[in-house]
Amino acid sequence: MNSSFLRFSSITKKIWMAFLGLFLMIFLVVHLGINLCLLRNDDGAWFSAAAHFMGTNYIVKVFEIGLFAGFILHVLFGIILQVQNWMARPVRYMVTNKTYTPFLSKYMIYTGGIVLVFLIIHFMNFYFIKLGWVANPNLAPDGEPKFYVIARELFRSPAYSILYILMFIVLGFHLNQAFQAAWQTLGVNHPRYNSFIGRFGTFYAIIVPLGFIIIPVYFLLIR
Amino acid sequence: MKLTLRIWRQKDAKSAGRFVTYPIDNISPNCSFLEMLDILNEELIGKNEDPVVFDHDCREGICGMCSLYINGRPHGPDDAVTACQLHMRKFRDGDTIIIEPWRARPFPVIKDLMVDRSAFDKIIQEGGYVSVNTGGAAEANNILVGKEFAELAMDAAACIGCGACVAACKNASAMLFVSAKISQFALLPQGQVEAKQRVKKMVKMMDELGFGNCTNTYACEAECPKLISRSNIARMNREFLCAKVS
Repeated sequence: MNSSFLRFSSITKKIWMAFLGLFLMIFLVVHLGINLCLLRNDDGAWFSAAAHFMGTNYIVKVFEIGLFAGFILHVLFGIILQVQNWMARPVRYMVTNKTYTPFLSKYMIYTGGIVLVFLIIHFMNFYFIKLGWVANPNLAPDGEPKFYVIARELFRSPAYSILYILMFIVLGFHLNQAFQAAWQTLGVNHPRYNSFIGRFGTFYAIIVPLGFIIIPVYFLLIR
Repeated sequence: MKLTLRIWRQKDAKSAGRFVTYPIDNISPNCSFLEMLDILNEELIGKNEDPVVFDHDCREGICGMCSLYINGRPHGPDDAVTACQLHMRKFRDGDTIIIEPWRARPFPVIKDLMVDRSAFDKIIQEGGYVSVNTGGAAEANNILVGKEFAELAMDAAACIGCGACVAACKNASAMLFVSAKISQFALLPQGQVEAKQRVKKMVKMMDELGFGNCTNTYACEAECPKLISRSNIARMNREFLCAKVS
């Protein structure tokens, strides 16, 4: 591999953004699979087992480092690209641009920013407790956090649940644009596949956030 | 037609600009947009005022000199045309038309509505050509080119370099222009010799000049008067990735 690969041109940054974004989308499916365990009426047995496995398995821990590195780089490149974009037009137009563009495609930095703010809240509620950075009374005798209890109590709070639902709607719009944009950035654009990529992206952007949204709705209305 | 024009006036590159309002009457709906500006300028000259400076040349939609941002759209409210091919029948009697120059850091305003687009020339100078010396004109059938590739290369070569893609993009990105100039060679055997060097150098220059980054809103494609496809941007990304990793 040519060493100049590490010199980040605009396209290099975008290609990294795309790769990392697709990687995060795969992770999101794994996360959803674990979260859906909350829907079982087993007092959190499956969910706790899954959380324990994710928190203790060494292979998962290695992936966890990659996941965080990927996430931080995705955010970092996104911010750098956006700052460069703002600098590229120091004098704005008086009339707002009226060119047709796909819905919310112009606002990826804002939808991404909203997701980032929620993720920080999410980390404070779960991940930082695991690391011991945030105190929580819901600890098992062996010191492991009772994530099922923490999740159940959060989802029983209407304010948190509404925030959670709204955030996943925003994430859905972010993903809908991101999926096809990632493939375009990676150079995949062909009349034979474009339609499938667009439809699959929309399908993913609806189904995955919907899967997450079902959980607070279930805790608020049924349990 | 009776219209109100609000036009960006700027004495020179260093002066601060402002919008000036000009009422104009007796405009034929069959006038082209630039002819309408000519009529305004005749009136201004008649009143001993400074005429509005704007770029134009062929007035046939093929030279790429038009650079007017009209009511929030590069080249105005019609699709797939340059401002010189835009007709006043696309507006309604009594309309207010706001005319701005292209806005982008690499396209500084020279005067009024005229911008300096030599940034595009600098990108082309980095490799937007084939420099293989072939001697005399070769027999056309010596190097066979598939029709599909020839058509795609021709479509990319239709880019007139007007800069509407930069003007329309919320990031002032030149990706559609650069990708068209790279694609027209990447698709043909004659362009292969310098392909890797070309894409790296042209992208590097594009970045150095301060154009923004593509965020895949495809406003460039929507406003391109020559209907250059976003697939060229994907091709440039592929070319760039291959050039970097090989």
